[in-house]
Amino acid sequence: MSTTLVRPTAPAASAPAPTPQGAFTWGQVRAALPGAFRKLDPRGMWRNPVMFIVWVGAALTSVLAVVEPFVGGPAQSGGTDVPGSFTAVIAVVLWLTVVFANLAESVAEGRGKAQADSLRRTRTATAAHQVATYDEVGDPDATRARLVEVSSADLRLGDVVVVTAGELVPGDGEIVHGIASVDESAITGESAPVIRESGGDRSAVTGGTRVLSDRIVVRITSQPGETFVDRMIALVEGASRQKTPNEIALSILLASLSIVFVVVALTLNPIASYAAAPVSVAVLVALLVCLIPTTIGALLSAIGIAGMDRLVQHNVLAMSGRAVEAAGDVTTLLLDKTGTITYGNRQAAEFLALGGTPQAELVRAAAVSSLADPTPEGTSIVDLARRDGVDVGQGVPGEVVPFTAQTRMSGLDEPDGTQIRKGAGSAVTAWLEEGGTPLADDLRAEMTAAVEHVAQSGGTPLVVAVRAPGQPGRVLGVVHLKDVVKEGLAQRFAELRAMGIRTVMVTGDNPLTARAIAAEAGVDDFLAEATPEDKLALIRKEQDGGHLVAMTGDGTNDAPALAQADVGMAMNSGTSAAKEAGNMVDLDSDPTKLIDVVRIGKQLLITRGALTTFSIANDVAKYFAIIPAMFMGVFPGLQALNVMGLSSPSSAVLSAIVFNALVIVALIPLALRGVRYRPLDASAILGRNLLVYGVGGVVAPFVGIWLIDLVVRLIPGY
Amino acid sequence: MTALTTLLSLGAVLLVLAALYRPFGDHMAHVYSTDRDGKVERGLYRVLGVAPRTEQTWPTYLRSVLAFSFVGMVVVYALQRTQQWLPWSLGLPAPSEHLSFNTAASFVGNTNWQSYSPEVTLGYTVQTAGLAVQNFVSAAVGMAVAVALVRGFAYRRSGTIGNFWVDLVRGFLRILLPVAAVAALALVVGGVVQNVAGFTDVTTLAGGTQSIPGGPVASQEAIKLLGTNGGGFYNANSAHPFENPTQWTNLLQILLMLVIPFCLPRTFGRMVGDHRQGYAIAGTMAALFTVSFVALVALESAAMGTAPQLAGAATEGKETRFGIVWTALFATTGTGTSTGAVNSMHDSYTALGGMLPMLNMMLGEVAPGGVGSGLYGMLVLAVVAVFVAGLLVGRTPEYLGKKIGPREIKLASLYILVTPTLVLAGTALSFAVPALRDSVEGTSIWNPGVHGMSEVLYAFTSAANNNGSAFAGITANTPWLNTALGVAILLGRFVPVVLVLALAGSLAQQDKVPTSAGTLPTHRPQFVGLLAGVVVILTALTYFPVLALGPLAEGLI
Repeated sequence: MSTTLVRPTAPAASAPAPTPQGAFTWGQVRAALPGAFRKLDPRGMWRNPVMFIVWVGAALTSVLAVVEPFVGGPAQSGGTDVPGSFTAVIAVVLWLTVVFANLAESVAEGRGKAQADSLRRTRTATAAHQVATYDEVGDPDATRARLVEVSSADLRLGDVVVVTAGELVPGDGEIVHGIASVDESAITGESAPVIRESGGDRSAVTGGTRVLSDRIVVRITSQPGETFVDRMIALVEGASRQKTPNEIALSILLASLSIVFVVVALTLNPIASYAAAPVSVAVLVALLVCLIPTTIGALLSAIGIAGMDRLVQHNVLAMSGRAVEAAGDVTTLLLDKTGTITYGNRQAAEFLALGGTPQAELVRAAAVSSLADPTPEGTSIVDLARRDGVDVGQGVPGEVVPFTAQTRMSGLDEPDGTQIRKGAGSAVTAWLEEGGTPLADDLRAEMTAAVEHVAQSGGTPLVVAVRAPGQPGRVLGVVHLKDVVKEGLAQRFAELRAMGIRTVMVTGDNPLTARAIAAEAGVDDFLAEATPEDKLALIRKEQDGGHLVAMTGDGTNDAPALAQADVGMAMNSGTSAAKEAGNMVDLDSDPTKLIDVVRIGKQLLITRGALTTFSIANDVAKYFAIIPAMFMGVFPGLQALNVMGLSSPSSAVLSAIVFNALVIVALIPLALRGVRYRPLDASAILGRNLLVYGVGGVVAPFVGIWLIDLVVRLIPGY
Repeated sequence: MTALTTLLSLGAVLLVLAALYRPFGDHMAHVYSTDRDGKVERGLYRVLGVAPRTEQTWPTYLRSVLAFSFVGMVVVYALQRTQQWLPWSLGLPAPSEHLSFNTAASFVGNTNWQSYSPEVTLGYTVQTAGLAVQNFVSAAVGMAVAVALVRGFAYRRSGTIGNFWVDLVRGFLRILLPVAAVAALALVVGGVVQNVAGFTDVTTLAGGTQSIPGGPVASQEAIKLLGTNGGGFYNANSAHPFENPTQWTNLLQILLMLVIPFCLPRTFGRMVGDHRQGYAIAGTMAALFTVSFVALVALESAAMGTAPQLAGAATEGKETRFGIVWTALFATTGTGTSTGAVNSMHDSYTALGGMLPMLNMMLGEVAPGGVGSGLYGMLVLAVVAVFVAGLLVGRTPEYLGKKIGPREIKLASLYILVTPTLVLAGTALSFAVPALRDSVEGTSIWNPGVHGMSEVLYAFTSAANNNGSAFAGITANTPWLNTALGVAILLGRFVPVVLVLALAGSLAQQDKVPTSAGTLPTHRPQFVGLLAGVVVILTALTYFPVLALGPLAEGLI
């Protein structure tokens, strides 16, 4: 499955392939830097309370740094001498902290920009041939109607246009008449053209795609500015990014932690004034900035943008960030059997000879009669025969009898008059009876047993019979056509189970076949002979039990279920009704991707949690750096708390805030890439992440601040 | 020797609590969930005009709590201000307005901070009709609020969280009253005074005369401890031989303080239908408690200085009949629960040792905390811990099947903001405003310097966390401290109650998410460790800077 957008030959939009996930190059940084400085505008900073506090601290210390040389700054803080440059240095580091935070967001946004630009090119206004008065009944292909040339930007909901080969589709719409091959590479990155036709589930066309052949009549289904491409651009640019509930909750927690530390900082000097000595404003601001959760505060929005971006790189468009988060919470996955669990076409698995027929005869008959059959089933019979070592030749020896709905058989009439027929057991039996040679009872019983055996194992039985001229017709045997389950699925389902996600296979097959395939694929449950209503009912039932359900769908009749599901991923090849109903669209139309979407959703939440834990755990070491430093002059005994052996109070405070700033930069790649996610049960994941980000978060700053101090102490005066 | 006693004393207490955990916790769960009312209860409901089977929404429940507490406050204030006309007042005058306000707030807020010397300030009527009543009902209010929160977790798609009046009456009649009655008898047997004899003048051996105050001590003592109130009949509190005469009454008092806070997690586990959740909460409480206790014993035994080294430990301010270990256990219990009862003077501890009772309170009174308030405080912190840890496993965090969304986290965040803000702002104001600072420096603080700062910090910590113990060495009966501490008590009690009930309402409305392998397990030692870590980092560490100016500055020489 592709993980990056590849756009090999798309003429309409040849954008450079996005950089691989997690890459964080100098080029990106350079491109993002102007944005990082633009974001210093306090009106924007205000939206991130944690970083806004740092901004205010930076501004305050900057003013002090400028004023101090004239009015004379405090020579002492907490009873210790401070170097003259101290306030200015603190101010510089604080500004850097804010810039680093903005940089993280800018880099994350920059990654979507390239995609947005290429999409925007497809949106340029084109000429459209609007049908002035469309007569649906009298003139469905609009050959006699008057065509008016209008700009695509002027098309309204419900307008009807004609698009001919070589033209761009002027807007999102539904084909009302005709069939055409369409190049959708501008949207999907897939260069192979796709067929779009009126009626059924493949009638939707997207504005900006190119019709390669034929002529179609399209009814526009979107208002200008609200097209699919418009929404895509807004999404990848992060312009319409709204905070998700979970992000809001985290922001609230971070804001309230920040408020606690603002209170701590504001109340410290009055209390210190009684029995100790007040500390300078610069030290107080440094203490505050170190204690508030700046690491996660700085990276929070970058994590969210990068999470959406990861989805886009998987060629999935989420209509909201909420949907991505919901994907992480999903507890029940509804998977369509065909195309998701199985390859969607049946393959010959074995030949079962009946009534003493030599195996080779059955294999040869089945194979030669399939040579002209281009379907996957037909070729798979030939392939299996060749693997069995039977020479079936190349050319078709005789006249092909195609499958018809009436006979429900296909076959071959050989030049010598021998007739070979393949088909369902009942059809073949009828054919034999019609030829005057009904099956013997024992043979019929043997055939029925073989047919049932195949059906029970989830396969489709194909009975092969032959009638040579002048001879009675004979049943040769049964070909076992098997619904082949995709490789590796059983393991993925086991992983999902470990993650606490139940998989339910949905199929139109009878319960017998469904059970067999469900067992082979390793899904937890199945819904057989499913109608769209059954699907909807199942979703409702699961949701009533408190489960969150994800599903895929492409047809108009899937729309209610897609809308009802917590995560509804519509296939891009599907109808616009399905796409409207779902909250995600998979541009590759690969339903298996639902599993990746779940993984990305979880990864997004874990990344947030990991950096929050790390950020809060960091506080322990910072306390031990700054607290003794603040009052060591008055209370030399506090040196006992200086476990890192930092050289002087000034260097301790400076080292702590330098660490605080650098850790943001160090973690930008992690924020963009997301932490590694392994499909384990919650307890194991928690144990591992607590160890890495919790315990690691306590230990890392002790080492980091100590190392930075080794450098800072070399500066004269520190 | 000390190590062995430490182990034995802690072991004995934990053993008794472990034995009581299941039967008493289950009993309380039954009390709060049964459909049957007693005769007396039905009578009370008729008098109060309450339909006992009608549940309340959270705003209604909250209004009931606030109205009931407000009335209680007015009654206690009025009783004090009219003391000179009340019978059995031993001829004592009415306390000042600010002292009366402070005392009313303190007892209604289950804090029992005492800015006065009780035996020479308040007569029997105020002590019994005012304070003792509040000792019962303020404890019952705390338990009711905790049970309402537990119902929030237990209920599904419910608009209501129980009926406050039913919870109040049942908590009082079926839990506090019977246990307190038995405990009072036991204390009398142990030698605690119980009379209405007033002051008895005696001639001492040395020939002087002494006025010995008697009173209904044992009955008030029982509920003072059981309801984690802490307001003693005598100023010396449980260090007074009339309140706490012997080693075994000392043990009984410790157990009385711990029994409800430590058994409520069982009630919680039973009501949410998963006992393991209760064990996890109780385990976290016990772990924090044990660490604090052992640290206190170690610090007090290893005290530096000539006198402590000669005595083998820092014995100043401690009763010799209890010794270091039992004193430390009482101190850890008195401050780890929100009782605030003392059998020694914390002010006289070593500098670092004195920091531990302060830290116990700074944890937010959750290890194990007050009756009810300890459980709801710990559950709110668990919500925060689950939120962070839930993200770590890649799911929208959920606790006991309830999703922790923006509204829940908003309420929990505000909750953890309340007490640090009150403590730090109160302490800072005391030193920042010149007029207040004059009063604090001139009148209140007895030990100038760093230790004096600790005394003020301790006072505000005790008040805002509804503990009520004093560091001693401070005169709190001044207009500023009486008013400021009274306000801190009221805000520290009722703002969290508002938030907790809102949280209960929000949780009760939710459906339950079924647990699966992907759900964060909240019953394993892993979670206990996480919760303890969150408690320490989010609450106690906030105070690290101010502690550096007080006990740490004093203790690290």
